[in-house]
Amino acid sequence: MANNIIVKLKRLNRRRESERGENTSDGNINKNHDSNDKPKQNKKGKLRDKIVLKVFRINYTKDKSHYYDEFEIPLQKSTTVLDALIYAKSYLDNSIAIRYSCRMASCGSCGMRINGIPRLACYTNLSEFEEEDTITCDPLANFPHIRDLVTDFTQFYDHHKQMKPYIHNENADVSNTRQSPLSEFGQSHEDVEKYLQFSYCIKCGLCYSACPTVATDTKFPGPQALSQAYRYYIDTRDVMDRDRLKIIDDRHGIWRCHFAGSCSKVCPKGVDPALGIQLLRDQMFSFSKHEKKIARELGRMNR
Amino acid sequence: MTDTIFYDIIIIGSGIAGLRAAISAASEDNNLKIAVISKVQVMRSHSVSAEGGTAAVIQEDDNLESHIYDTIKGSDYLADQDVAERLVQKIPFEIYQLEHWGMPWSRKKEDGRIDQRWFGGYSYPRATYAQDRVGFFEMQTLYDTCLKYENIHFFNEWFCTAILTSDNDNFCGVTAIEMKTGDFIKFRALAGIICTGGAGRIYSFSTYAYSSTPDGLDMAYRAGLALKDMEFVQFHPTGILPSGILITEGARGEGGYLINNKGERFMKKYAPNKLELASRDVVSRGMMKELEEGRGFKSEAGVDCLKIDLTHLGMEKIQERLGGIREIGIKFSGVDIAEESIQIRPVCHYMMGGIHTDIDGATEMNGLWSAGEAACNSTHGANRLGANSTAECLVWGTITGQLAARYALDRKSRKSQSSIDQQEVINEEKRIYDGIFRGSGQLNPYEVRMELTNTMDSNAHVFRTERGLAEGLKKVRDLMRSKWKHVNDTAREYNTNFINVMEIDSMFRIAEVVLLCALNRHESRGAHAMVEYPKRDDANFMKHSLAYFGGSDQNDPKTDWCPVTFTHYKPEERHY
Repeated sequence: MANNIIVKLKRLNRRRESERGENTSDGNINKNHDSNDKPKQNKKGKLRDKIVLKVFRINYTKDKSHYYDEFEIPLQKSTTVLDALIYAKSYLDNSIAIRYSCRMASCGSCGMRINGIPRLACYTNLSEFEEEDTITCDPLANFPHIRDLVTDFTQFYDHHKQMKPYIHNENADVSNTRQSPLSEFGQSHEDVEKYLQFSYCIKCGLCYSACPTVATDTKFPGPQALSQAYRYYIDTRDVMDRDRLKIIDDRHGIWRCHFAGSCSKVCPKGVDPALGIQLLRDQMFSFSKHEKKIARELGRMNR
Repeated sequence: MTDTIFYDIIIIGSGIAGLRAAISAASEDNNLKIAVISKVQVMRSHSVSAEGGTAAVIQEDDNLESHIYDTIKGSDYLADQDVAERLVQKIPFEIYQLEHWGMPWSRKKEDGRIDQRWFGGYSYPRATYAQDRVGFFEMQTLYDTCLKYENIHFFNEWFCTAILTSDNDNFCGVTAIEMKTGDFIKFRALAGIICTGGAGRIYSFSTYAYSSTPDGLDMAYRAGLALKDMEFVQFHPTGILPSGILITEGARGEGGYLINNKGERFMKKYAPNKLELASRDVVSRGMMKELEEGRGFKSEAGVDCLKIDLTHLGMEKIQERLGGIREIGIKFSGVDIAEESIQIRPVCHYMMGGIHTDIDGATEMNGLWSAGEAACNSTHGANRLGANSTAECLVWGTITGQLAARYALDRKSRKSQSSIDQQEVINEEKRIYDGIFRGSGQLNPYEVRMELTNTMDSNAHVFRTERGLAEGLKKVRDLMRSKWKHVNDTAREYNTNFINVMEIDSMFRIAEVVLLCALNRHESRGAHAMVEYPKRDDANFMKHSLAYFGGSDQNDPKTDWCPVTFTHYKPEERHY
């Protein structure tokens, strides 16, 4: 049964890739040859030199209602959404709240919904939006608001921490072992391959924002945490084994996932959390207390 | 009256050095309460952008002596030799420790053991790597490992503004703003470690994250601590246009070529033996010469540039070892490095200088240490070798964490708790709220910032002239004293306008120090190349520069010198 799901999942992934015209077989690179070309022509056939950025505004402690501000942004060939926001903040309205740092898709700060889709602002080139004159930036869904595009990650980090995301092994601290401090565990190429793609996670929260289960159950760990549970479970250096799986075998745990697959679709680093969740489930069928019960519940819901 | 939060140890900054220090202190004694205070969310620090490797002697046919020699030679003999020795002796342990904590080091196909690659300035391929995302994986491993310790607490998005001392000049805490609420809070602690990284955002064309501003350096400087060797700013040979995002030195380590508009591998003229793998200062100077002599390309951004060619490496190798920069090239330059060469230009990348510390990372203030790029313990002298920076962060993260823990334990056992000098807190509140938050001025701070960073780009670059530096210094001082210091956003909550203006304020003081120290050094050494003084001058300048705050922005910094420590490596002329 589980194998069937994986096959389906992989098929789904392939379909998504072909829909997006992307090539992930050579390492999950989102090729976008459009970026950095000359300024785009819009539908009226004129060369675009500016675009309107529509930004969600809220100050949660002051007033729970939100509104949008629009900013006209001069467009250069390589302008990203982050560049546009920084331009707006520097020259048009200093009070826009944004979170950003590395501007190269490594740090995971600038997640937001861009035209409705969770993306990193630094990794989204404005030239991708050929058809639109207005780009809308909203804060990530499923996160409490702090101000404007900035959301509160406390719960997200807590879920990650609950997975005990570190190597459990009495020899983990080199200075405390009887081995030579200059020895390594060693891993074969295959050992590394098992967890490597899941270790690309930058904790940007895009998958968490896209997840329909998180939207209805805040106790659900979410795709980021679950894929990290798998990342450490399958690492040959970790010996926590089944105890690691027990953490997520809970009413609000792994069985809540119903494979919408939206997590894998939005990951900017090519991680496939849905696959991680699926592989985790594979490991759990033999002993889970909750699997059947929750599967029944979900079956009823889906009917 | 501001609220106070009590900790035994506070670590300011959450990059590789900060997180390593936290683990080191936490494992010393699990009763120690440790706070990691970061102006970003803890795992977002700029260390995640380190790409190429961490240098360490771990292969049987490599040896410590060689790594020490390469480091000292790379430093143009300004490294304190005992410090370089300690770096080299301690780093192998850190490589294995990270491996035990889950680090996905790239491994050799044949036996699954940790692999290494070539890096510039080394006589052995000793850069330990994890694809080209070394810093990211190190950060992830350290962040996740921190979660194991209940006594490490993270303070995400708290902006520290000043160091607090007690009456007899002991460290006793910091003031900070919790960004989410805007609350101004005191942290009181027995010991502190500053790990706030470099300040490369004082340049426009820079590999650094936007968050890499000199707040931490400035805090120490304002508290009366010396900044050391600030004139030495490293320009990395390969930053892509227009963003300045780094192409790792690993790209040349794996066999990449630098080419000019004649298609020549021009580095053969400047470093006949090592070519592209000479130390970074040598390669960047070679590149600037090529550009000056008209052998560059014109980039679409309008500036002159050269190219790095990796196409001959083949897709498989690129995908396996340089996948990250391939992604970067496609996304940020529109170029697939597997298919064509990519435009690059020397880019501000690292500051050899920082808070003056001794070999243990101890600052001039009791109870305060500093580690990583923020510190200058003089491992790197006038020029750092690639892959020695993450190494430094790990080694001195561990050392300072341990020393701070022992110091805090000792003070706890003696019940020695000094009290915060309230006047300092009041003065700091005045400085940031009256001086900045409620400040006034007609100039847009963001425009002023751009003028400042452009001045640094044009006046304190790879090659420097006395006139250029003097003009730069005058311009920076005029700008610093002009009417720009004000905040338009009046909200308390998550006010990054306020934070930005405080950052710009600190950038001015640090830029001033860089320019002033550069003017004072009448020689060419490592990354500091003076057109008027093209030779290294050991007789007069084999010494570290120091700069102290003059007490106010109206006063010039006070400068001084201190000696270099030698063990047994004699200065000689460098050839690569």
